[in-house]
Amino acid sequence: MDDLDRGIIDRLQRGIAVCEQPFAPFALELGVGEEELLERIRRLLEEGVLTRFGPMFNADAFGGAFTLAALSAPEADFERITALVNAHPEVAHNYRREHALNMWFVLATERPEEIASVLEAIERETGCEVFDFPKLDEYFIELQLVPH
Amino acid sequence: MQRDPLLDAIDRDLIVATQSGLPLAARPYEVLAGQLGLSSAEVMARLQRMLDAGIIRRIAAVPNHYALGYRANGMSVWDVDDAAIDALGPRVGALEFVTHCYRRPRRLPAWPYNLFAMVHAATREAVQQRIDEIAALLGEACRNRDVLYSTRILKKSGLRLKTQRS
Repeated sequence: MDDLDRGIIDRLQRGIAVCEQPFAPFALELGVGEEELLERIRRLLEEGVLTRFGPMFNADAFGGAFTLAALSAPEADFERITALVNAHPEVAHNYRREHALNMWFVLATERPEEIASVLEAIERETGCEVFDFPKLDEYFIELQLVPH
Repeated sequence: MQRDPLLDAIDRDLIVATQSGLPLAARPYEVLAGQLGLSSAEVMARLQRMLDAGIIRRIAAVPNHYALGYRANGMSVWDVDDAAIDALGPRVGALEFVTHCYRRPRRLPAWPYNLFAMVHAATREAVQQRIDEIAALLGEACRNRDVLYSTRILKKSGLRLKTQRS
């Protein structure tokens, strides 16, 4: 990764405008042509340095329901419980974390009442108590990561 | 997903066309317009409306934390006085190293924490330093805290709007 890559990641995280040629001001600022800038963005995507380039949608605005849930999976049974939880298409993300509550997953459903029924199904299937942590408030701020 | 009254069929087409990414072209909205059979003025007007309405947060690059050297991911959790959380939460969320910050319910007695702040850094030591900064900011309003490091991604399919209109 060179200085241009770092400059692109730094600037383009903040967002481009909705206008005819949104990349032009960034190319000017970074001292490259628009085509070179676009080529670099393509390469950063291919290399997996960027996961995506495009509109970042606020999931709340789509009218679905979301929650963060957690359970304590016994170590000996961890893989089996992971498979049972992940088998639900409503589970969008699932992370293992170092804590007595060692499995943390995000549920996304079309309708709010489906959250409870999916959590109940997971409790029934895994035999683990599931803790539901719905968002009550969001203290949102722009994500600004500086490449190391 | 349910039809949202804020989104009409053309908005949904735009979302489906861009959820894996914007066309990488000097005139991306014109390319998008061509794909959808719309004018570029209409594409731009609709995207701008969705930005103004908060449906789109921004049109931007999404970096891979891990590829940028952010190897440590700590979910810091805090038991903050309910009377103080609305004043303090936005200040924690505004710290440059906090990527997500939410208020969530306690689940007593197992779980006393009501503020969740995600901290990414190169190392666990760096995460810990940042957590100390949050602790200093919360001061006496915070009774207890913990940090849960992620050790494995078990699933990451992301959120997708279905292509068919309901």
